[in-house]
Amino acid sequence: MKPGTKLKSAVCSTEVMVIRSAGGQIECGGAPMAETKPAEAGALSPEHSNGTLMGKRYVDADNKYELLCVKPGKGSLSVDGVPLSVKDAKPLPASD
Amino acid sequence: MNITLFLEMAADAAPDRVGLVCDGKRWTYAELLSAARGAFELIEASDCDHVALLDESSEAAVIALFGAALAGVPYCPLNYRLPDTDLAALLGRIAPALVVGDEERVTRLADDRGHTIYAREDFTIAVQEASPTAEEREYDAEGGIAIQLFTSGTTAAPKAAILRHSNLLSYILGTVEFGSADEDDAALVSVPPYHIAGISALLSSIYSMRRIVMLPAFSPEAWLTLAEAEKVTNAFVVPTMLSRIIETLDKGMNADLSGLRAIAYGGGKMPLELIHRALDLFPETGFTNAYGLTETSSTVALLGPDEHREAHTSSDPKVRARLGSVGKPLPTVELEIRDEEGRPLPSGQPGEIYVRGEQVSGEYKERSVLDAQGWFPTRDAGYLDEDGYLFLSGRADDVIVRGGENISPGEIEDVLLGHPALADAAAVAVPSIEWGEAVGIAVVPREGHDAPSPEELRELIRARLRSSRVPDKVLVVKELPYNEMGKLLRREVKTLLST
Repeated sequence: MKPGTKLKSAVCSTEVMVIRSAGGQIECGGAPMAETKPAEAGALSPEHSNGTLMGKRYVDADNKYELLCVKPGKGSLSVDGVPLSVKDAKPLPASD
Repeated sequence: MNITLFLEMAADAAPDRVGLVCDGKRWTYAELLSAARGAFELIEASDCDHVALLDESSEAAVIALFGAALAGVPYCPLNYRLPDTDLAALLGRIAPALVVGDEERVTRLADDRGHTIYAREDFTIAVQEASPTAEEREYDAEGGIAIQLFTSGTTAAPKAAILRHSNLLSYILGTVEFGSADEDDAALVSVPPYHIAGISALLSSIYSMRRIVMLPAFSPEAWLTLAEAEKVTNAFVVPTMLSRIIETLDKGMNADLSGLRAIAYGGGKMPLELIHRALDLFPETGFTNAYGLTETSSTVALLGPDEHREAHTSSDPKVRARLGSVGKPLPTVELEIRDEEGRPLPSGQPGEIYVRGEQVSGEYKERSVLDAQGWFPTRDAGYLDEDGYLFLSGRADDVIVRGGENISPGEIEDVLLGHPALADAAAVAVPSIEWGEAVGIAVVPREGHDAPSPEELRELIRARLRSSRVPDKVLVVKELPYNEMGKLLRREVKTLLST
């Protein structure tokens, strides 16, 4: 998946921009994400329903995937079924 | 990747929140985005290769920046202080461009270059009228080149530094948390729009959703008045601005700056006396020193508020000295000091500063100067202390940085050598409280000639160059120090001028 690609959730309003990715399946709410939304929204998996937050970056444990949430929603993000977590960024003082 | 994402996200999260104030007019994030989309229509219709700004800061800078990004055309703010000949050359290099700003000058200097010209007011109105009604316009998502900034061009023709969308996205995502500002937060932007700090201030403020308060032309009085009126919480200044602000307060001007939580500074050397004074004068304000270059998308190292306070009050000379440093590299940037052969040096040893990271472009229109491993040689000299604090010791190639303006010694020396009574001349940086650095010259009279008076030499430089080139110090010597290879030893000239 090319950096900059925007992916939409098939089950909720979540949209992400890909910053970094590998060959795995990127999912939201348990369903694969794609560049276009399906005509009808799928069902949100209860196991993947912690929600996404606007402007947060989500990463996997190996740092192979990084997604920026550009529209929040009810589903949570995963790759091949493994949940992603919010990237922990130390706040920096404003420098410009 | 496209930097318009920042404005889209802000407009999505809070469309009606005020994102920018300029000359009393307030723009919400939704209005700014709509104007940028209108600018895209004008840019596309003009069929231009660049979008240029030849103007002081205003809402037009934000609209043109994001409009160009949407259209996939480089945004190229120009230095309106350049003399006509230099500006004409740059207008030729970016042709055909859509130029916003000084209509009269562009018409006079580059009428035959196919530019599309808008005066600021016309542009601001036209973009609002041109904004598409349907949201489903296809915008450039690829990015490519976002910004093209001409360097000061001290020795040769100005170089066109290039920043890609991916560089700027990495910088902002790595340093700013989206929407992290409170609704009352406001950042006073007073650096000119053609300076990298003037661009990064816009991007950072919009992504953090901190209201931009624009000061089109800096004066200390206007800065203080606006800071009070808009209850400004954050500001970025170059050291010269801070010096003049404090001077104005000393003269008795009153301004309520109680809301001013943070002042960041950079762009030139901060005199130690001045930063100590500022820390005393604004005890509740957090100071941040930012070091960066155009080619690195702005900040690569910073000294934060706590480190400032600690150094200011410490009795440990090592800790106190940190106030003269630019702090530590950002977590997302690698930094090394290297010798002339490019070999990494241990702490304490001075050399050239190299940086690497996704925000580092190191690229000019003509070529990239990144090495095979992606390192960018900054041409800045400095060293790291044992705790990792970075100290700068000037440009590797001896450029004089006066109040953020780069001055090549060569241009001053060339003028001096044209004087019939002078045999040799050198221009170097001398410390200046007001400007960080100023020009000092050492001249050697020709045999059989009397040395020209300092006033005569100052007048000569003022007439031939610009007032910023006029030397603070003039020294007459019998000869200049050279090494055995015939290379002028500038450091020794500096020593002569500082004694």
